[in-house]
This record gives sequence, structure tokens and C-alpha cells, in this order.
Amino acid sequence: MGRYILRRLVQGVITVWFIATATFFAMHNVPGDPLQSDKAVSPEIRANLEARYGLDKPLMEQYFIYLANMARGDFGISFTQQNREVNDIIAEHFRISAALGILAVAFAALGGILWGALTALYRNRLPDIVIMLLVILGISVPGFVFAGLGQLGVVNLNAALGFTLFPVGGWGTVSHMIVPALVLGLGTMAFLTRLMRSSMLEIANADFLRTARAKGLPANRIFRKHQLRNAILPVVTVLGPSIAAITTGGFVVELVFAIPGLGRYFVQAVQQSDYTVIMGTTVFYGAFLVFMVIVVDIIYGFVDPRVRLE
Amino acid sequence: MTTPAGVPSFAPVPTSATEAQVISRPSLSYWQDAWRRLKANRRALVSLWIVVGLLLFTVFGPFAWRVNPDDQDLDQISKPPGPGRVATVARPFEPWTGVRDTFSTLPDTSVSADRLLAPAELAVVGEATTQAVRLSWRPDRTAPGASGWRVYRNLYDPAPDHALGLPVGDILPANTSFEDRLDLEPRRYFYSVLPLDAWGAESSDYIMLPVDVKRVITAEEAVAKGLVEDAMTLAPGDSVELAFHPLGTDYLGRDMLARLMHGARVSLFIGIVASFVYVAFGILYGAAAGFAGGRLDQLLMRFADFVVALPFLLFMILFRILFGVESGDSGIVPMLVAMVLLSWPATARLVRGQILQIREEGYVGAARLLGARSAWLVMRHMIPNTMGVILVTLTFAVPSAIFTEAFLSFIGMGVAPPTPSWGSMCNEGLKTMLTTPHELIAPALLISITVLAFNLLGDGLRDALDARMRSTE
Repeated sequence: MGRYILRRLVQGVITVWFIATATFFAMHNVPGDPLQSDKAVSPEIRANLEARYGLDKPLMEQYFIYLANMARGDFGISFTQQNREVNDIIAEHFRISAALGILAVAFAALGGILWGALTALYRNRLPDIVIMLLVILGISVPGFVFAGLGQLGVVNLNAALGFTLFPVGGWGTVSHMIVPALVLGLGTMAFLTRLMRSSMLEIANADFLRTARAKGLPANRIFRKHQLRNAILPVVTVLGPSIAAITTGGFVVELVFAIPGLGRYFVQAVQQSDYTVIMGTTVFYGAFLVFMVIVVDIIYGFVDPRVRLE
Repeated sequence: MTTPAGVPSFAPVPTSATEAQVISRPSLSYWQDAWRRLKANRRALVSLWIVVGLLLFTVFGPFAWRVNPDDQDLDQISKPPGPGRVATVARPFEPWTGVRDTFSTLPDTSVSADRLLAPAELAVVGEATTQAVRLSWRPDRTAPGASGWRVYRNLYDPAPDHALGLPVGDILPANTSFEDRLDLEPRRYFYSVLPLDAWGAESSDYIMLPVDVKRVITAEEAVAKGLVEDAMTLAPGDSVELAFHPLGTDYLGRDMLARLMHGARVSLFIGIVASFVYVAFGILYGAAAGFAGGRLDQLLMRFADFVVALPFLLFMILFRILFGVESGDSGIVPMLVAMVLLSWPATARLVRGQILQIREEGYVGAARLLGARSAWLVMRHMIPNTMGVILVTLTFAVPSAIFTEAFLSFIGMGVAPPTPSWGSMCNEGLKTMLTTPHELIAPALLISITVLAFNLLGDGLRDALDARMRSTE
């Protein structure tokens, strides 16, 4: 197990290095440069500024400085917000995105497993048909439409109740989180429900279930201990990529619900060409996703020992 | 039945080797079988028709409905879908001197607002039209001394909670009339008038009048907008059909139907072209890796793994900035390139896996034995045999590409305005969702239907083409 974890970690570090390199060279080729501004700047001042930010050095030297700083966990200073470190920005805003994301993933995973198990249990009967219809809807409707509808629903709900049960936007309390997290997790929940259902049906005819039935175990126990537990495995595998989908999908929900998360900040930085923030956020997100996938794989290795052998 | 003795009542059927081998039904090729299965699947068939319908809508729609999607109809802004609207022809605007009331020419600074009473006889002078609404009133004789009048306009009845709406004018006391020409729409307005004291404080007493505004148009305007050929044919009082917008207009007065059609061109073009190109690239890459095997295979697939690990949407945005958009450009090409660069590895992996299996098949060995060259083997034997899987991938790739386009346009990183796309239309519609929901509903519905149709078609194709992936239903 130790060797497996070590190998995965080494792979992860190489992947993050690849992401960092791709980001660096992509950003370097972007038309325009970070020192461009509306004010005319004399060549002397420009040279000084370039020296200040190290932009006068050869490209490869810049690249190695960038890598060395990144290895120390230093993403530099924001271009548009004077004297604000990218690390601070990420630390401040990612906390919010992460809280929202965790809630959304939890909601999606629990909902997906529950609904998936239900559809398999009531196969081809009314609950199955209704849930699968909703699932198709959940997969086909874009996230920003859900976000808009969610907000509309909140407005109407508050108007009907006469007081503010869920705020329409903003951040701060638990009630701010619930509706955006529901909206954010909806697409993933639909996907997980479908996966769970096919996984449940696939093992419905497995030998070990027949054996369990032949031994005379109660149906309830077979369902919980044998069928459900085995069917959850594929759901666990896709949790890593799901977290990726949810954190990046967070942009839209954060924009619509005015949540000061990292996704919204990233879109803002892109619009303002804040190069260091864009690079820092991309590498940070990339590293985060790689790390999440590794964690999920390691957990999976514990759940299913066959994976470790490969 | 009587049987002669010694003759058996039954005899064995003569077994002829040739007869047993005869195939009584016509043989079906792989594609014939797939088509038969697909036709039996009603959901997939309906989806197929929807996809065909969407393509027709996209390709031929703009020929049938020849409205320029960028034209603004300023008479009809954010109008919900409905039949054509009619305007009455009116004379060109003529200035109005207003009404004066000599009784209230002398303001009294000693009178405070709470002692002032609302004027009486608030009435419309002439006809209330979209050109101008003219109001006049008579000051209250029992409580003189108002230092001015304030006129409010509201879209709703101010009665319940005293919400008078928008202040549209402050008037000198001698004037007891008001002409409103501010952005008038053909609808009911609620005008309120109240007196002001010398310090500008409002009296709490007001008079309210609901006014139904009629849509008018002058003959010159009708000609300028191309509604009629010749101004001479119109006399005041005639009615003129305004431009017809079957699906309403957006917040800039642009025709929704035309925008949806042109937006479909962008969205479907990106969805279909991007997925075709990256699936094609994935096939070549995967086939090369699978066929070469060994070191090269390892190297190629390791690189594919890295591309998969890139955070997709972040890099889409990065590439979008990298390729930049010149002003006047639609921004479609940078999006296509970025999508292709980031999306191919999934197909490459899938095809490689298939090729690795097929490589060991007997017929490949036979072809090799007959002296087939590598390129021939890959192109003639291997790729065609992965076609089923590829087709399924393609149908699922289209909706995901449409989603990506919509997402990017939604956050303002996709097509550049005024180019319409379903995603950017949703983005614009979301802002006015509460007052004019049709601007959001139409494009969102089209995206959903398209994605749904492609997904269901993909499910059907998978069931029809690939025995192993056949869904358990």
C-alpha cells in the first residue's frame, strides 16, 4: 500500500509540474503584456518596472524562477490589486468555494446513491420512471439555467412566506449556502444516480447475491450489505472527477448567487488580465484536482484491494 | 387411418447435408442490424427526428425567416411572444403650451406641506399616446399656497402602500399641467400629482389617475422603419402593423426567433465541428499508439494522461485569452481550437483500447500473412471495426461541446457580442429573468432539447451498435 501511495504521489507531482509549465507558456504567449496600461509610460520607467517584476530576464530563467517560487508555494503578487499576494487571495476565496463544493459533493453523492438504489429497487415501476425522467432532465439542462431557476424559486418562496428563509445571494450564514449547493450538485447528482442504477442492476444477477439468497439471508440484509455496498464502488471512482466538475462548475453558481468564491474571482481576474492571479489560480486548482483524484484512488484502494495490484 | 401392415407409419426425413446449411433468412450486415435495432427503439428514433429537425431549423430557418438578428426594433423592447402589434398613425408631434391657473400663481411660504391638499380634477388633455401624455389638474381652492407640483408615474397601482413610483416632473405653481414624453410604452400608467411647499417637502395627500396609453406612429416613422412604402398612403387614424416578432424581442429590441436561428448556427456548428475534429484526432492518435505498442505507446498515452489532468474549463478560458479575439470577430474559431486541443484524449484512450484488442484478432493476423502493410491494416481493418464505439462517443461528444460553448458564452468568454449563441442569449436573458422570462426560457429550452436529443440518440446508438455496452434496461 505504501508503495502504491508513493507512486501515485510522484505521478501527481509530475502532473502538477506539467500543468504549471503549460500555464506558464500559455500565459507568456498571450497578446499584450502585464505592464500595458492606459497611461503612456516612458521607456526608463518601463525598464524599471520590468526589472522590478523580473520580466527583463530571458524566458527560461523566468520559467525556472517561477517553478522555484511555486515549489516554495509562492504565487507572486497580483497585478491589478496593489500589494496583494496571490496566496492571500486564494486562501481567502478558496475557503468559500471549498465549503460550497464540499456541501454540493456531499449532497450529490448522497442523493445519487439514494435515488440510484431506489430506481434499482423499483425497477420499471413508477418511482423508477419518474426518477429517471428527472435524471435525464438534470443531465440535459445547463447549470446556469438551474442557477437562474433556483434564484427565481428563492424569490418566490420568500415572497410567499413573507420573510427571508433563504437569501437570494451573498455569503455568510448556512442559509446562504443551501440553495447554491443544491443547484451546484444537481447535475452531478443526476449523473451519479444513473451510474448507481446501472451498477445496481449489473450486480443484481451476480453469483454472490444468489448464494446469499440461497443461504436464506433476509432480503433487506442482502440489499444493504451485499448489493448496495458493491454497487457503490463505481460511484466512489467517479467522485474524484465529480469534485473536479463541481469546483469548476462553481463559476456559474458563484456568479449568479454573488458568492465571493475563487471561481468568481478567477473570471474577474481573466476579465482584468491579472496574469499572476490567473496563473496562480489555475495551478492551484490543477494541483487541487490532481490531489483529490489521488485521495479518492487511495480510498478506493482501501475499499477494493484489487485496484492496488493493477 | 388404416395403415397397410409392414409399412411404417412414419419415415425419417432424408438428411441432406446441403439443405441443413441453407440460411433461410437474408443475412444482415453489422450496420443493417444496428439500423434495425435503432428503428425498434422509439426514444432514439424520436431523438433522431428532433436532431434532424434542429439541423433543418438551423440551416434553412434563416432563409425562411429573413430578419436580421442584429436589427433593433426600438418600438418593441423585451416584448413577450405574441401576434403582431398595431400602431395608429398620428400627426407629427406638436409642442404644447400647457394649462395655467391664475388662482395658484402666488406661493405662500408660510404654508407647510402637511396643510396642503391634493389638487382635483386630474385629467388627460387630448389623447394619451406614446408620443406624449398630457395631464392637467385644478388646485384645491380651500388650501392655497402650494409652491409647486410634483408628478409621479408608476407601472402599478400606488394605492396599497403609497408607492407613487418614478418622479417625472416638478412644476412651478402657476402651471397646472404636465407633459410626459419619457420612454412611453403602450400600457396602463398610474400618474399621481401632489403639491409641494416652499422647502420642497411633499404633501402626503395626492391624486391618482390611471392612464391607458395608445401606441401611435407618425407617417414618417412608418416609412423610415420600412412598415409602409409611401407616407402619402397614410392618414391620421389609420392603423399600421408593426414588425412581427413570433417569439418576442430581447432587451435591445432584437427579434428572438432570428437570434435563436443564428445562435443555433453558432452553437450547433461548434458542437458538431469541434466534436468531429477532436474525435477524428483522437482516433488517429489512439490508433497510432495502439498499433505501435511498446515504448511509443507508453509515451503517447502518458502525454494523453497529462492533458486529461489539465483543469478543463480553466484551460478553455486560458486558451480563449491566448488566441484573443479581434474586434468585429465572432470568437468562434478560438473556442473551436481550444476545445479540440483539450478534448481529444478520451477518444484516444478508447480507440487505443479497442485497437489493442483487435490487434490480436485472427483476421488481422490473416491480413498480415497476406502481406498487408501497416497503414492498410489500420485504415481498412482496425478503424472500421472500432466505428461503432466511435459513433457512440461522437453522439455524446456533441452535447458536451454544446454545453461547453454555452458555459463559456455564459461567463462572457465565448462568442463576442453581437454574435448570438444560445449560451450568450441565456446570459442576457438571466438578467431580466424576473420581468421578461421569455428571453431566458427560449434559448434554455433549445439547449436542453438539443442536449437531450443527442444524449438519447447516443443511448440508442450504444444499444444498437455495441453489444458489450448495451445498457441494462
